Amino acid sequence: MTAGIVGYGIYVPKLRIKVSEIERVWQKSSGGIGVNEKAVASIDEDACTLAVEAARRGIEDFSIDPKRINAIYVGSESHPYAVNPTSSIVGDALGTTNKYYAVDMEFACKAGTAGMQVCYALKKARMIDIGLAIGSDTAQSKPNDALEFTAASGAAAFFIGDKKDEVIAEIESTCSYTSDMPDFWRRPKAEFPEHTGRFTAEAYFKHVIGAAKMILEETGYRADEFDYAVFHQPNGKFPLKAASILGIETKKVEQGLITPLIGNTYSGSTMIGLASILDIAKPKQKILAVSYGSGAGSDAFIINTTDNISDRRAKVPVLEMIKEKEYIDYALYLRHRRKIKSL
Amino acid sequence: MQQPLLLFIGDLRGDSMHNIAPLNWRKFPERYLLKGNYCEVCKQAFFPPRPICPNCRRKGKLIQMEMPRQGKILSYTKVHVPPEGFKNEAPYYLAVIELENKAKVLSQIVDSEQEKIKIGAKVKKVFRQIGEPDKYGTITYGYKFKVIQ
Repeated sequence: MTAGIVGYGIYVPKLRIKVSEIERVWQKSSGGIGVNEKAVASIDEDACTLAVEAARRGIEDFSIDPKRINAIYVGSESHPYAVNPTSSIVGDALGTTNKYYAVDMEFACKAGTAGMQVCYALKKARMIDIGLAIGSDTAQSKPNDALEFTAASGAAAFFIGDKKDEVIAEIESTCSYTSDMPDFWRRPKAEFPEHTGRFTAEAYFKHVIGAAKMILEETGYRADEFDYAVFHQPNGKFPLKAASILGIETKKVEQGLITPLIGNTYSGSTMIGLASILDIAKPKQKILAVSYGSGAGSDAFIINTTDNISDRRAKVPVLEMIKEKEYIDYALYLRHRRKIKSL
Repeated sequence: MQQPLLLFIGDLRGDSMHNIAPLNWRKFPERYLLKGNYCEVCKQAFFPPRPICPNCRRKGKLIQMEMPRQGKILSYTKVHVPPEGFKNEAPYYLAVIELENKAKVLSQIVDSEQEKIKIGAKVKKVFRQIGEPDKYGTITYGYKFKVIQ
């Protein structure tokens, strides 16, 4: 059996702020970004607690023994510590043994999928039983910056293994397309990231399309051979345009397009979309997944569902889970995200 | 032994944040995984873990045990005047929870609508930040509960 996904768990915080509320405060339009509202972590949540909750759901829904996890990679651009790993806190909070490889990953929004690649490689090298790759963010955005309309909170955890009766989706192939293209960054001690406006679109399409074409060329598949596709989704428009450029029908992307409903969860973005596809995919279907991280790079995956997916599913699908929500206004949003500096 | 939340608060009041880290670390199993203990003689579970079984005394045989993650609210209160370290979270709910194995836990209730927080409500453990002494010290993580029914 090829290495692949043996389980997944998603966590999206309950609080939501509507984009229209942010528009009201700053008296400006979000400019038709295709996002209606975004998920907001509570004052007592951070990328670490989100990561634990996502992984815990995967453990419960897919009956995974935490003691079998031998690798934990947590990708985030909002790790709660600059020094002191999130991954070791996650391991202890899940009840693993002490025998696991662990490191925190950072590559803007693609650090979670990079963790999936590492777990996949470790599994193929037979160095681990189950690897856990998490993308988790409480994305930061400066008040009155364009990022504020979309920067959201959420986490996705993917468990990588190779037992025949456990794998719900085989990873057939993966590759990365990387270059030095600084479209979004945060310097040490800076509280919020900076970005280059429209140049980020140029960087996004260069890498997403570059990685997609690279994996198609390497494997010999045509874009229209896939049943589903999911791309990193900084807004509701870019993934649809990426699909259009590659010649993939819009309906194949819609199931994994979650950003319009919860905002851009950064490292969680592509992975939450992929989870939403796995929620409904039938056996023997083919999925193209391409993440994007500023700075810049894209990780592409070809994922094939197996017969196990009929019996092994998340108990609550992503699209159902995100219906549990509570709207807050901009003042409460500032309080929960600790942006009131006099406190 | 005190209830765990009081221990969290006590930790936050320490003079040196660096001395708090080892004290906190020794509590990770109970805070992260609700590890308590269980007396194999009288069949009772305890949380936080007891150094000696209060029922069987020296005849008791305690083993470490992870508590169930679900339980029900036995009693609750809304805290408007919080202790030091919890000012920005107030008002919040505190509840005494009876876990499925009858052990009791004092915990904050989060992500739950006010009308759902009532005696008998079913709750589930979640992993949250408990506090941080300041922006330089270690962050304390642990359990809170949310109403699921």
